[in-house]
Amino acid sequence: MDYLLHIFIVSLIYAIFAMSLNLELGFTGLYNFGHVAFFGIGAYTSALLSLAGHPVTLGMVCSMIVSGGMGALLAIPALRLTGDYFGIATLSFGEITRLFFLNERWLTKGPMGLPGIPRPTWIGEGVAGLPWFLIFCMLLTLVVFILTRHLTRSPFGRALKVVREDEYVAQALGKNALSFKIRAVTVGSILAGLAGSLWAHYISYISPADFTLTETILVLLCVVLGGRGTNWGPILGAFVIIFFQEIIRFLPIPADFDRFVAPIQGMVYGAVLIILMLKRPEGLLQEYKE
Amino acid sequence: MLKIDNVTKSFGGLMAVNDVSFQLDDTGITGLVGPNGSGKTTLFHLITGFYKLDRGQIHFKDKRISGLAPHVISRMGLVRTFQQTRVLPFLSALENLMAASPGQTGERLSSVFFQPGRVKLEENNNRERAMQILGLLKLKSLDQHLAGRLSFGQQKLLELGRVLMARPKMILLDEPTAGINPTLIRQLVDVIRKLARKGIQVFLIEHNMPLVAEICEKVFVMDSGSLIFSGTPSETRQNPRVIEAYLGREDYGA
Repeated sequence: MDYLLHIFIVSLIYAIFAMSLNLELGFTGLYNFGHVAFFGIGAYTSALLSLAGHPVTLGMVCSMIVSGGMGALLAIPALRLTGDYFGIATLSFGEITRLFFLNERWLTKGPMGLPGIPRPTWIGEGVAGLPWFLIFCMLLTLVVFILTRHLTRSPFGRALKVVREDEYVAQALGKNALSFKIRAVTVGSILAGLAGSLWAHYISYISPADFTLTETILVLLCVVLGGRGTNWGPILGAFVIIFFQEIIRFLPIPADFDRFVAPIQGMVYGAVLIILMLKRPEGLLQEYKE
Repeated sequence: MLKIDNVTKSFGGLMAVNDVSFQLDDTGITGLVGPNGSGKTTLFHLITGFYKLDRGQIHFKDKRISGLAPHVISRMGLVRTFQQTRVLPFLSALENLMAASPGQTGERLSSVFFQPGRVKLEENNNRERAMQILGLLKLKSLDQHLAGRLSFGQQKLLELGRVLMARPKMILLDEPTAGINPTLIRQLVDVIRKLARKGIQVFLIEHNMPLVAEICEKVFVMDSGSLIFSGTPSETRQNPRVIEAYLGREDYGA
């Protein structure tokens, strides 16, 4: 039962993370391969502040501010690049951020990571707090869902789609395509920071190894599988992927085969991503009606 | 209205537009013709800011626009279409038009969350205006269809509608009738004429010479990057330099 609660909590955190990427990938057409960086920045910001004795709520708010700020700082130069080049720039930003977590020991304790990150006091530590943490995550997922849905259905969201469909048309219609893309990445980074902060407070221990390219691929898969450019898609995708990942643990795998599981999992994700892109690029839920 | 002075643009060694100067006053519908590769589309790209010019200046309503970003020029009321039709394929026909509405409050992040009433009111007005334009284009019944699923001719019409939605003072149309059937051409011409009557300046690139003769009051002719002639359509058709540009010189002929 507690294990099921755990899966639900992780799925919800990934749902928020996926919704944040969906704003960029699904609605604006930006392939951000370094999105995990903002998840990580959010996690570290919140962890460091709460470990220094500040309230968790303050940590969560600050993680959103710092992630959003970093998102804007990355977006302003990186979005002058288009298409694949933007992908490469974000990919390297993700790696730079991980190396920062790994090497700036005075701040992040390096590879040792940060243990003992507290949960909000009203939730409580340990297994007893799980149901309350689940409710907390559900509330935040709901808020993020409502906000992103409101945003993507507004003229702002429509303008993002115009930029996605054809940047030249956007410009010809008087829209500053660069500005829309920067704002999309900033909002996406703020929400990724929130997801990262939730992750840190839930899992209570973070280290640089938690924020690698694998996590970016995982969240990318959540968005693409679920249906990019839809409001429900990332949530559905996150639940499918996280449940799949956890179910693997119960497969009767011989002990000496164990070490192959993680790499094979990575290969399966890669293959699923490629097959999806080729055979059903719209994902499980489709953005537009026929 | 539009003043072009000594505009030059080259790509490597190729002179695409060579020292072109002219002025468009309130002439209603003006045509830009010339053989393929004569620099017409490049000139449109230069006017609308999509290409940076090497030399020269462009003014629109006495304001210098050369050097400005495309979206800034568009906001000043100088709006273009593209030679290759560029509808937004995964947006509905209605959304294609609504997106083109200029100066939307709801495109500001703060307004989306803090001024929802005002945004909603604007959306309703824009939807109404978009439906009127769809009616004008005889596309009203297709408002919810994905733009990418419309026929080629309907997409051309939709693109024209999108330009209209942007409340332009002057529109630049790059081959508006290329590749569409005669019935739709008539419909398109009707719309273009209606615009001109409303006081919107039309500047269009067109290869269909009878059509140019029919609707344009003035014609500019380009060849190999240079402006070689300007005048009324009937003068244009009799001008030896124009005939030469299109058909080649007699002494080179077979």
